Amino acid sequence: MNRRAQTLLALLALALLVLPAFASNYVMSVATLILFFAFTGQAWNVMMGFAGQLSLGHSLYVGVGAYTAAGLFFHYGLGPWAGLWLAILLCVLLGAAIGFLAFRFGISGVYFALLTIAFAEFTRIGFDHIDWLGGPGGLFIKVAQRDQIDLLNFRGPPAMYYYAMLALAAGALALCAWLLRSRAGYYWQAIREDEEAAQALGINTFRWKMLAVILSAAMTAVSGVFFAFYYNNLFPEQIFHISRSIEIILGPIIGGIGTLFGPILGAAVLTLLADGITELMSAFGIEIPGVKQVFYGIVLLVVIMFLPNGIWPTLARRLGIARQR
Amino acid sequence: MPLDLVTNVLIAGVLTGLVYGLMALGLSVIFGVVRVVNFAHGEMMTIAMYAAVLLFAQWQLDPFLAILPVAAVFFVLGYLLQVWMINPFITRPEYSQFMLLVAVAIIMVNALLMVFGPSARNVQVEYQLESFALGPILFDKARVYSGAAAVAVSALLFAFFKFSRSGKAIRACADNYLGAKVVGLDVKHLYGLTFGLGSACVAVAGCLMVLLVDVTPLLGPGYTLLAFVIVIVGGLGSMGGALLGGVLIGVSEAMAGLFITPSAKSMVSFALLILVLLFRPQGLLGRRT
Repeated sequence: MNRRAQTLLALLALALLVLPAFASNYVMSVATLILFFAFTGQAWNVMMGFAGQLSLGHSLYVGVGAYTAAGLFFHYGLGPWAGLWLAILLCVLLGAAIGFLAFRFGISGVYFALLTIAFAEFTRIGFDHIDWLGGPGGLFIKVAQRDQIDLLNFRGPPAMYYYAMLALAAGALALCAWLLRSRAGYYWQAIREDEEAAQALGINTFRWKMLAVILSAAMTAVSGVFFAFYYNNLFPEQIFHISRSIEIILGPIIGGIGTLFGPILGAAVLTLLADGITELMSAFGIEIPGVKQVFYGIVLLVVIMFLPNGIWPTLARRLGIARQR
Repeated sequence: MPLDLVTNVLIAGVLTGLVYGLMALGLSVIFGVVRVVNFAHGEMMTIAMYAAVLLFAQWQLDPFLAILPVAAVFFVLGYLLQVWMINPFITRPEYSQFMLLVAVAIIMVNALLMVFGPSARNVQVEYQLESFALGPILFDKARVYSGAAAVAVSALLFAFFKFSRSGKAIRACADNYLGAKVVGLDVKHLYGLTFGLGSACVAVAGCLMVLLVDVTPLLGPGYTLLAFVIVIVGGLGSMGGALLGGVLIGVSEAMAGLFITPSAKSMVSFALLILVLLFRPQGLLGRRT
């Protein structure tokens, strides 16, 4: 990272830290959403961007994480800090199971992606039939007073959620930056570029791919727990749906797969775009379902066709902060 | 449970499965040759279903007659989609091709939603309510006709690939991309042809499907997944496998609806998919590469 990049990063961090002092609740909700997608995208990026394993079923971990913490809170009054660990544990086990089955049986590429979809869809329909967690009717967490900060139960004003998400996103960025420079990061990139060559060099590809899946699942579980306590309602039809998985991966893909800032930039671009369109439509009094998603699709199409490496690499060069080659 | 009820449901499952099979056949042909997974497959299916519904609403055109124009239009559109959009992506990484078609699918679903709204539409023809009776066993006329049409179209496609010059050329491309280029085949054109044929299969399946279910824009992603499940169970790239997979999934859905609960029916399909992926990843009729 050169001097210019450090300055820009410091400025961004400062702006994000003082944002709640100036911003309205609406702006805060948008900012929180951006950070949420940045964090979740970062988690997905560990698996796909670093290790080259395409998961199209990340909604599975968001959903299981969310339902675990919310279920414990709903039935036993157990706060999210306890639920978080169980959520992470469950998602790690799930990820490990999927990874173990897939990698042991030599499933990769398209087949691996389809396997992840199949597990997510299977779970979605399964949760529709778990009455203990509300079934298709949904699970609702009581919304307590909004103006008091209750950290123990993770209840509070928008600024609390914002800072929590900011901390998570910053933590994920730091973790990923460290991972990329660690032994694991180099092994992952070797596997991503050419798995057979990596294996020939003596890298235990099975073990390192498993690590990527487990780490990604654990991080996504955290975002699931946040989701549950931020939105307070969960429906299997929504949280496990494949369109949710796709929403998660749009950010990193548009921003730049395998880069550190791609997921963050992509999340910001997409969320702002989606919100801008919603605002624009309500300003003109248009109420047609699907318009927003069509724009989503077109943006994705344009980026995929003309910026196959995402926006970030190009932008970084423009800003003069790209690594010299 | 009475045996004739089970038999009736079983037969309905087989016949619906044949239409599923035709839909999946399109996906399988495209993957087998172009090596691109068409993520917009179910969305194309819903567009075809809407086309049939519109033709019926406008001119009372029977869905069986709608097959011809809809399939022709889909063939041309599929050809153009391949030549303009997908061909430049052939050398890109897998996830890139995937995301291209995901984008196309998102646009298709939501464009349908914008134009037609979320409410369900259908066609009503007389033979939908009639059935052939064989003792206590009933065959819905609409299902029998649809199943038969699906088999006939599949047979046509088999014959095309087996006997025609273009069909053989396409198979040559699928077997050896470089070799096909060396002997002077116009691979890009043949890829376009393949995608067009795959799209036409979906178009026919869509016209048949409107006789069996109501259509809403949001059916698309579900059909895409269904088509994936079928071709993977049958074997990606294997034509017979797609039909077999279709019937298998049709029957398992029908049986799960009868014995477990209708809302859990696709759970059985996904369980089947996971098992096949793990223990026979090349599919039931696929060859190991």
